[in-house]
Amino acid sequence: MSDDNHLKNNPNSSGPSRRAVLAGGTALTASLFAPKFLQAADFPTAEVNTTGLAVTDDTVTIGILHSITGTMAISETGSVQAEKLAIDQINAQGGILGRKIEYIQEDGASDWPTFAEKARKLLVNDKVASVMGCWTSASRKAVLPVFEQNNGFLYYPTFYEGLEQSPNVIYTGQEATQQIIAGLDWVVRERGAESFYLLGSDYIWPRTSNKIARKHIEDFLGLKVVGEEYYPLGHTQFNSVINKIRLRKPDVIYAIVVGGSNVAFYKQLKAAGIDMTQEDPLLLTISVTEDEIRGIGGENIEGAYACMKYFQSLDNPNNIAFVKAFKEMWGEDMVIGDVTQAAYLGPWLWKAAVEKAGSFDVDKVREASPGIELQSAPEGYVRIHENHHLWSKTRVGKAQADGQYEVVFETAELVEPDPFPEGYQ
Amino acid sequence: MFADYSMSELGAIFAMQGFAGLILFSVFVLMALGLAIIFGQMGVINMAHGEFMILGAYVTYLISNLFADYMPALFSGYFFLAMILAFIAAGLLGMIVEWLMIRHLYKRPLDTLLATWGLSLILQQVYRSVFGAREVGVTIPDWMMGSVYLTDLVEVPINGIFVMVLALTISLAVYFMMFRSSWGRQVRAVTQNRVMAGAVGIDTGWTDRMTFGIGCGVAGVAGAAFTMIGSTGPTSGQLYIVDTFLVVVFGGAASLLGTIASAFTISQAQSIMEFFLSGSMAKVLTLLVVVGILMIRPQGLFSLKLRK
Repeated sequence: MSDDNHLKNNPNSSGPSRRAVLAGGTALTASLFAPKFLQAADFPTAEVNTTGLAVTDDTVTIGILHSITGTMAISETGSVQAEKLAIDQINAQGGILGRKIEYIQEDGASDWPTFAEKARKLLVNDKVASVMGCWTSASRKAVLPVFEQNNGFLYYPTFYEGLEQSPNVIYTGQEATQQIIAGLDWVVRERGAESFYLLGSDYIWPRTSNKIARKHIEDFLGLKVVGEEYYPLGHTQFNSVINKIRLRKPDVIYAIVVGGSNVAFYKQLKAAGIDMTQEDPLLLTISVTEDEIRGIGGENIEGAYACMKYFQSLDNPNNIAFVKAFKEMWGEDMVIGDVTQAAYLGPWLWKAAVEKAGSFDVDKVREASPGIELQSAPEGYVRIHENHHLWSKTRVGKAQADGQYEVVFETAELVEPDPFPEGYQ
Repeated sequence: MFADYSMSELGAIFAMQGFAGLILFSVFVLMALGLAIIFGQMGVINMAHGEFMILGAYVTYLISNLFADYMPALFSGYFFLAMILAFIAAGLLGMIVEWLMIRHLYKRPLDTLLATWGLSLILQQVYRSVFGAREVGVTIPDWMMGSVYLTDLVEVPINGIFVMVLALTISLAVYFMMFRSSWGRQVRAVTQNRVMAGAVGIDTGWTDRMTFGIGCGVAGVAGAAFTMIGSTGPTSGQLYIVDTFLVVVFGGAASLLGTIASAFTISQAQSIMEFFLSGSMAKVLTLLVVVGILMIRPQGLFSLKLRK
């Protein structure tokens, strides 16, 4: 349905978004297949599906499992939109092994047991071939046993704390070291930072990330952490910590505040007269994407730096086409954050792996996954590592008043994912 | 721990920390006043209090967009209109809710807890459907951002001062309404003895509806003010509900003075401990102290003598 509408919006099939996608897809499969649509007849259902997945002669069904109600809906909406866009584009291009992708969407409702229950429903009742889903680490941990028990295959989009590597999950976001180390190195090299104040919301991701950051600052860079502090999720009063920051005078505030607290923190920082454009102190965060800035307000965070792998403002043909297609499908006023882009990679990575394996069977897809490359990713070239995470670049962006980031730095090479970093635990 | 700082720096920090505590106090008073009216005077446990606040925040958001689009010249003053409309919107919704739901449950206080919790879920989903799941950004007029320098080192955020003035104004308004007007006398009469109040000719049903409406209206104003310091999203109301109940219960449910005293105690304790300990520990200790005091004094700091 939305699929058809989307195509009608591009009157001719050479509409930019589609053309770019085709180009990307071609580059992607060039080394493996001749650049033509694959025909379902060449891949008999009995051969590509030996384990009873929901695959017919002309369709394959996958699951989308995110929160569209409850407190996490605010973050997960973008992921759902990106995944549907990718599915539409793949279908417009002829689908996977000649089969159109159909999806069953379930609502995790921001409740972790619900996630597990819905995951079981998708795998056991619907026999979906793969699942795009989850956002918080808590929801991933809740569905993990379900996926491992039923041999499902999950594409997980969020940057997270690492310390995990499941045969049944492909992590399309960054694990912690990919997001932290290059950013700290940059701020030390380019801005001569010497002292850091670590701040975060009180749960596993900020705590693990700050632990890695502290190790890197103290043991590897030989610099000083002058404060480390956590506030309960949903905390809305940051005046005391702002006073403490004033007192300790760090060169860098390293902030991993999330959710509603984020908005309160930046508004109060601004109101307290800490002008981030002066960079005294400089603020570096790994938890604010363009999505969050919509709630915070560009004028309240202007001048802060964020360390991510993707920014909407990235200037490359893949990304320009992606942003255009995303806005055509979901509206002009949409913004795209790091996780949204990572979610968009999920269906594409799955498609590439299925085509390489010549099968929808989970075991064969898993075997085919390491080494899968994506030339067409909006963030640029990415590749799946043996450890199921992605090789990708780390970038630093500077927040602008209009709510976008200006990219000021990117690593020259892809950064290797290292979910169990030695010397950082 | 103070050895690294000069005396003037320390003085400045203590002054600013004092202000931080006062701002937190004002925020608590604003959050809790509406609930104190409803919970204290009517005995209704309104779990949807946070959602009434967020209604006020969304009204502010709509008004700010309206002014930005059609009356940019008057933008710097939109906030006052927004607060009045937030009061009216939240108050009206409160009266409707009272009429549809609450008044059938006065004899079953525990059921109001469940019913209003359900109401809070419904309202959250309505906000999500109408305004989208993402948080919205409310543009605050320039003059309300930034801070005032009292000395070279001491800065006070303007929006903090604004919240303090607003808390004072609303507290005074509520005081005059409750203790200096005939309506307030009726409310107190109904609280103390509903049957007798009805017998002397007070329309208890109407009094209840007005009380509930005004409590919700005050919540709406608080929500409008909090767009300056917090987030505006479908579930943002949940951020305030625990602290709000904490303040009201600790203060002694039926006493407005108790609410203010309790807001002061909790905010000062929290802001001092936040400074010397970490944020999460400060919260834990605050809650421990409150639990301890409530064990010794279950009726809260102040209590009203009621005829049972």
